Amino acid sequence: MSTLSRSDVAHLARLARIDMTDPELDSLASELDVILEAVARVQEVATDDILPTSHPLPLRNVARPDVVTPSLSPKDALSGAPASEDQRFRVPQILGEEA
Amino acid sequence: MITRPAHEMAAAMDSGEITSVELTQAHLDRISEVDAQVHAFLHVDTEGALAQARAVDDARARGEKVGPLAGVPLALKDVIVQNGIPTTAGSKILEGWRPPYDATVVTKMKNAGIVILGKTNMDEFAMGSSTENSAYGPTHNPWDLTRIPGGSGGGSSASLAAFQAPLAIGTDTGGSIRQPAAVTGTVGVKPTYGGVSRYGLIAFSSSLDQAGPCARTVLDAALLHEVIAGHDVHDATSIDAPVPQVVHAARNGDVKGMKIGVVKELNGDGYQAGVRSRFEESLELLAKAGAEIVEVSCPNFEYALAAYYLIAPSECSSNLARFDAMRYGIRIGDADGASAESVMNLTREVGFGREVKRRIILGTYALSSGYFDAYYGSAQKVRTLIMQDFNNAFTHADVLVSPTCPTTAFKIGEKANDPLAMYLNDIATIPVNMAGIGGMSLPCGLAPEDGLPVGFQVMAPAMQDQRMYSVGAALEASLLTQWGAPLLSQIPALAVAK
Repeated sequence: MSTLSRSDVAHLARLARIDMTDPELDSLASELDVILEAVARVQEVATDDILPTSHPLPLRNVARPDVVTPSLSPKDALSGAPASEDQRFRVPQILGEEA
Repeated sequence: MITRPAHEMAAAMDSGEITSVELTQAHLDRISEVDAQVHAFLHVDTEGALAQARAVDDARARGEKVGPLAGVPLALKDVIVQNGIPTTAGSKILEGWRPPYDATVVTKMKNAGIVILGKTNMDEFAMGSSTENSAYGPTHNPWDLTRIPGGSGGGSSASLAAFQAPLAIGTDTGGSIRQPAAVTGTVGVKPTYGGVSRYGLIAFSSSLDQAGPCARTVLDAALLHEVIAGHDVHDATSIDAPVPQVVHAARNGDVKGMKIGVVKELNGDGYQAGVRSRFEESLELLAKAGAEIVEVSCPNFEYALAAYYLIAPSECSSNLARFDAMRYGIRIGDADGASAESVMNLTREVGFGREVKRRIILGTYALSSGYFDAYYGSAQKVRTLIMQDFNNAFTHADVLVSPTCPTTAFKIGEKANDPLAMYLNDIATIPVNMAGIGGMSLPCGLAPEDGLPVGFQVMAPAMQDQRMYSVGAALEASLLTQWGAPLLSQIPALAVAK
């Protein structure tokens, strides 16, 4: 029985911004079926009366005084950029054709 | 000298028997002699390491007080950033990237005079149990070069077993410090979650990831643990409390009157015969050393693996969204008129390996509306049950123990095409990450059937990390008496390339 079709995986790949090939989608679909069947076991014990845990520690918000401290220079911050221009990250076109 | 424990190397430098430059050069020579076979390193920082070593030698010569590991070389897992040093996390998507800052653990080690030799190989973004998922080729286990050194931190563990470094840093999300330690006959510790800063650790699964020490002896691991641990304002989940007294515990190795709980569910069927026999013998040694051995039950542990493979991929699908080809890393398809989205999609297709994509897609599915409650939501409830099991077990025992892994090191390629079989390696290590408590693996002998190392796991409640070191040191001392020499003295010699 197949839970995930190739088009399901293609949809997930689009959501995850990965341009997968058809052979990749096919093999992933069958692998994910096996994995999902195994991990679905969590549903056997996850009853309504159990509270979920998202984190091992009780999380609280952490704040500090708003004091200016040394930080990366623009040069360092841009040092790993695939492309930069005028102290900014240069990125491909984000919106449609020129407005 | 390179086969000695780190604390003995430090003592030799204190007494003037050797300098840090000589010691560092000896390790660099060893790396160039054997790393073509082992492939533990992705990058060796020869000049940087020697410069650090000279600085420590100068400080000692001036009579300055230096830390207990000053001048000792270390191998750093490539998932932790070091200013100016290539850092890839085993991924093609970060090929050529040089981070502009130091992780907190790196800053602390530099301040302690530890000499960083280079970056070690790992499964891409720490996802795997064999280092076969590295984009730069697998690392080989020095005990048998046809076998895996564990993962994800296989480069770190292999570098210790191959005497390329006496200390290493690993990270452990589901066993990535402990399982490599187990299969290479070395020591690895996952501290309590929040005990060591994650600032500068490239995130895989933020609620599970934890950096920790790797070494060849329990005391060395403790000394490194104390260097890297402690509260950090750069990590909001770091614990603001005193560091557990791990060095003191490792020096004493006292288990008299301690209650050691054997987890019933982490043994038996599915565990290799030699793994079980070495584990049972270790329990007898601990009993002889004065501990009381009891059995405890953690019935929900059987669901831990399933919950982990929902929680970790879900967090990873979110964390790895930052690799978008915009601010760092490679960029593919940036031609005139190409949209940002198409560049992103192409770069991630080319830059991520198979297992990483598999987990991103799985996580995307588990978090999508309509499936969230059934998958991620249910996994979070299992996490609650696992924590309850631990809390209950720790009312009956001071520490819990189990074999670290069900088997010894398997062959490279053996499980590469079977994700589920690969995931099963971590069955005994994952519960610790789910609960955020501490876990240690130390060598407890060789399995008679294959002559490969077996790991013994010790688990302690949150912020009681010293208990693992007490048990680890006690067992290590008893085993050393029995063997007459450390386990690694039995490792086959590697052919040395000149």
